[in-house]
Amino acid sequence: MSAPAEILGDAGLPIPSRDDERKVGSLLSEAVRRLRRNPSAIVGAVLISLFVLVAIFAPLLAPFDPRRCDVSLLPGPGQVPGPSAEHWLGLDLNGCDELSRIIYGARYSLLIGVVATTIGAFFGLLLGVLAGGVGRKTDNVIMRLVDIMLSVPGLLFAIAVAAVLGRSLGSVMIAIAVVNIPLFARLLRGSMLGQRESDYVTAATSLGVKKRKVVLGHVLPNSIGPVIVAATLALATAIIDAAGLAFLGLGSDDPTTPEWGRMLAQTQEALTVAPQLALFPGVAIVLSVLGFNLLGEALREALDPKLRQ
Amino acid sequence: MARFIARRLLQLIPILLGLSFLLFVWVRALPGGPENALLGERGTPAQLQRIRESYGLDEPVIVQYGKYLERMVTFDFGSSISSRQPVTEEIRQRFPATVELALAAMFFAIVVGIPLGFLAARHHGRWFDHTSIGLSLIGVSIPVFFLAFLLKWLFGVKLGWLPTIGRIDATIDIEHPTYFYTVDAIVAGDWSAFVDVLKHLILPAIALGSISLAIIARITRASVLEVTGEDYVRTARAKGMTRSVVERRHILRNALLPITTVIGLQVGLLLSGAVLTETVFAWGGMGTLISDAIFNRDYPVLQGGILFLAVVFVLVNLAVDVLYAVLDPRIRVS
Amino acid sequence: MGLGSLYHIRFVRIEGEAMTGRTKATALATLVALGIVAAACGSSSKKSDTTTTTAAAGGATTTAAAGGATTTAAAGAKGGTLVFGTSRDPVVLDGAFVSDGESLRPIKQIFETMVTTAPGSTDIVAALAEKWTASADGMAWTFNLRKGVKFQDATPFNAAAVCFNFDRWYNFTGLLQSADVSYYWGTIFGGYAKNEDSKAPVSLYKSCEAKDDATAVINLTSPSAAFLAGLAVPAFSIASPDALKKYEADKVSGKSDSPSFDGTFGTEHPIGTGPLKLDSWVKGDKLTLVRNDDYWGDKSLLDKVIFKPLKDGPSRRQALETGEIQGYDLVAPADVAALSAKYNVLQRPAFNVGYVGMNQKKAPLDNVKIRQAIAFALNRPALVKAKYPAGAEVATQFMPPDLFGWSKDVPKYDYNPDKAKQLIKDSGVTDLTIEFWYPTNVSRPYMPDPEANFTAFKTDLEAVGFKVVPKSAPWSPDYLNAVNAGNVSLYLLGWTGDYGDPDNFVGVFFRTPQDAWGFSNQELFDGLTKARDIADVAARTKDYVDLNNKIMEFVPGVPYVHTKPSLAFDKKVKGFVPSPVQNEDFSKVSFG
Repeated sequence: MSAPAEILGDAGLPIPSRDDERKVGSLLSEAVRRLRRNPSAIVGAVLISLFVLVAIFAPLLAPFDPRRCDVSLLPGPGQVPGPSAEHWLGLDLNGCDELSRIIYGARYSLLIGVVATTIGAFFGLLLGVLAGGVGRKTDNVIMRLVDIMLSVPGLLFAIAVAAVLGRSLGSVMIAIAVVNIPLFARLLRGSMLGQRESDYVTAATSLGVKKRKVVLGHVLPNSIGPVIVAATLALATAIIDAAGLAFLGLGSDDPTTPEWGRMLAQTQEALTVAPQLALFPGVAIVLSVLGFNLLGEALREALDPKLRQ
Repeated sequence: MARFIARRLLQLIPILLGLSFLLFVWVRALPGGPENALLGERGTPAQLQRIRESYGLDEPVIVQYGKYLERMVTFDFGSSISSRQPVTEEIRQRFPATVELALAAMFFAIVVGIPLGFLAARHHGRWFDHTSIGLSLIGVSIPVFFLAFLLKWLFGVKLGWLPTIGRIDATIDIEHPTYFYTVDAIVAGDWSAFVDVLKHLILPAIALGSISLAIIARITRASVLEVTGEDYVRTARAKGMTRSVVERRHILRNALLPITTVIGLQVGLLLSGAVLTETVFAWGGMGTLISDAIFNRDYPVLQGGILFLAVVFVLVNLAVDVLYAVLDPRIRVS
Repeated sequence: MGLGSLYHIRFVRIEGEAMTGRTKATALATLVALGIVAAACGSSSKKSDTTTTTAAAGGATTTAAAGGATTTAAAGAKGGTLVFGTSRDPVVLDGAFVSDGESLRPIKQIFETMVTTAPGSTDIVAALAEKWTASADGMAWTFNLRKGVKFQDATPFNAAAVCFNFDRWYNFTGLLQSADVSYYWGTIFGGYAKNEDSKAPVSLYKSCEAKDDATAVINLTSPSAAFLAGLAVPAFSIASPDALKKYEADKVSGKSDSPSFDGTFGTEHPIGTGPLKLDSWVKGDKLTLVRNDDYWGDKSLLDKVIFKPLKDGPSRRQALETGEIQGYDLVAPADVAALSAKYNVLQRPAFNVGYVGMNQKKAPLDNVKIRQAIAFALNRPALVKAKYPAGAEVATQFMPPDLFGWSKDVPKYDYNPDKAKQLIKDSGVTDLTIEFWYPTNVSRPYMPDPEANFTAFKTDLEAVGFKVVPKSAPWSPDYLNAVNAGNVSLYLLGWTGDYGDPDNFVGVFFRTPQDAWGFSNQELFDGLTKARDIADVAARTKDYVDLNNKIMEFVPGVPYVHTKPSLAFDKKVKGFVPSPVQNEDFSKVSFG
């Protein structure tokens, strides 16, 4: 699996120079410049800003309490009052205000995405640094562990973890985070191995700089670009995975939790009678996830020196 | 090369041992057990205890694991507690369904993804580039079960063009020597059955393949862009070769390498990641087998099924690496 | 089905109709008195005969007419294929080895039982036995068998075959005695020839004698009417002795910790006397039955019936709309109105109850004022109106109104938040925090969408001042496990009846102490035990009316709905009669 990465360390012995450091800086500014020219990045950034703003200001924006439901407002099974002056997006299947739930849903999706990605990235990076920076034995042990984790299908893995932890929002986040760990570990290790024997590292070590300092001070920061890209995309995947888990019946204990994935999954039964109830959270999910995906792809392109024209 | 493959196969052993042990401990860490799933609320303590004894669940976990390992050596993975079929038989019937679906999804992703990525690269930075990549990203941004439902609603219910459930029309009878329904239909020599099986494959393949499609399109685009910038391509163009010849001889050929890698990795993911698609399309594959087993606490199916998928995953990855080495002579596998 | 649906509680697989239960044993055992009534009536004969326990008991029957629409019984066209969407695959097609509704459904078509339930009701009528009589002491049952009946392998059905089947069940050993295998035998007959479990009771079954070809006598070790009612469950299907032997129905091999069922009787060669027979079964894909042309009675109208497992509810509806299937079970209430325009939506009679359970071991539910406050706080009519199909009723007590012993004078708890607040005040309880449990990954007839019910009730409870802590778990096994062990406080649950007797409802719930309820009320236990054993119907009715009043004064829980589970069919499908206990016959159905 790691064959390509292992072959990368064949370089000769070029002259060390401080230019490398300067190059990183100029790379960054160029990346930003390129990002601003890329319509995908702009659309992505706008979508994400909207998403984050709605999440932050949810209490100000939402006309009703998203958890306050009144089933007596529903005339009968499968009959859900549609949009009206009072309820702009109508009511949901439990008699809650749909608009308020969509608005608050931004908070939960953002929360799930950020927490799951952060936890996953943190532990993944920790493993990756250990594997890529310590030594061959550690590397071997960690990578076998990562192989084991990777060999179990992601969603099944998440179901498995969530099943042990019980039903809660926390267990969904942890489940998704755990799935992310091996991905980040491999990514960082590969990236670090690629650099370990590159010019500036060889130079630093030959100048007598301690290994730990080289790894933490030089190799790690230079590997961070791909990690940022991966994290942005992982955020998108986390929101989608949470919806998938909700569809399979895993999620918060409280069914009034205004979480988009859950709202979408709950309305599957009523799709023909109240399609709007699937449409609203569905569109919300697609737009927010699309935002992260667009930005992630644009970032990837901007940070990739090979694609410079 | 042979030594490389041998080494990798040897590495499989510790992975499998580790995984089987983790699985064993995990399934027993789940609250409730198969006896509860079988009898539910009304099982008396005595009845539940009897079932635990019948299946040897009252012994210490380590003893159970020892017995399990002993049997595993002879490829005996036990029988499903809920269906009472041998686990190997369950897998024999379910795995082809998943493979068939994965291949169809992959076919869809490649046939649409590569041209899309190629055209996007050719129109780099222009509107076609942005819209095509944006569109393919929408595919990744829709929850699979929702996309599946929309597809079924549009093409099944509204337009009536395609079937929405299962792998073949319920009224068509064919023998199932392989459980690959396409193959079974061909073996049976039944042309209409074959067409019907293909029709049943379309919607699930699109739903499942949408994510791979976006990834393949992106990689194609990126590697075509990268190759286009290489000296030899510029040289070829400077020599006066026509654009289409350059594209065919140099760009596409060299871009194929990373694309192959990605496709290989996607096969592994598709084989295993179809839980939601299978549920929504009533597709009796590995995904639903295992997710049902989790809810039924069907220990033997969980252990055997996930272990089997892990082996497949590792083997597919190995195949990808080997293929990579074959395609690219610069790579030395050591 | 029969005894079965009571057990919906047990078989848990996501949506499968299930049947199960320890209580089944007790519930059935209580039929002793009734059985004797039936025996005394001489329960004669003929297909038209409806002298049954419940009929004898007077007005206890539930009929299809009482339910919703029924497809016209007018015989439709002959021939054709019907594809019917079920919630999952059967386990195996051997009645002796299953207890779940999705297995019993095809078994009911392939096999026949000694007696069965009349279409659309719970009345016991003749099937393979034309007549039956019990000896004065109720220990010996003589069955006069239908003549000229052949099994699907052309071997004759006779008294020897009956005895062969009973002796087969009685002599199960090892794993076959496990409750996940021979559940119904264990429940109704208690024990086996050689009990593997030393604590198991002596078997109710003693022996079977084939007096002549058409007369079988079954001897019991004690009088029991549960016996006759139980025989209507397709689990007691009479199978061809030849096929049982030839296809090694009972062969179990493998190590003790990994048993494997090797015989092919239940998977490839289920041979009974029924109007349909197995054609092929592709697991996870479809089960195909074809007409048995040698059937002794009215031959099946359809050439073929295909059962197609579709786990996902919305997928079943879509498949009906695309014409891929022509009917399906477990229609979501939200779809009933929408589907009614273009399809026939049939309803099973309301033979169930959905309730909010309370565990009195958990404070403050030990306080009767708090329990009453909860009952007043729940807006049950609003929920039933919003979430259940037309025909569903708000429950006032723990059994459906069609059943004798139902009381019109029970203490009522009409929605009244002010009264609830007052009661809370009077109770003196200050800590109003309550854990409220609901199941996930499940849809029961009486509880199609547990989350919706939970959400509505949670809002109601919070409105009067309770602090609700939401708790949930997957229905099986986690949720049922937690409820059964008494680990929950307030919870959603329900029950579908098996046969028309009050003991099948209130007796199941309250005749014995149970951890789920967490109370000990000896007066109630004794009253219900006494009522169960009374022979006189009028006296029984009076007792049960009193008991229902007492129960609702005590408010062990809050019953809130009796609903009518729905099935949907293509308009061209005729002749399907919904049964309260899912004993439904597909051979009378036509399509086109």
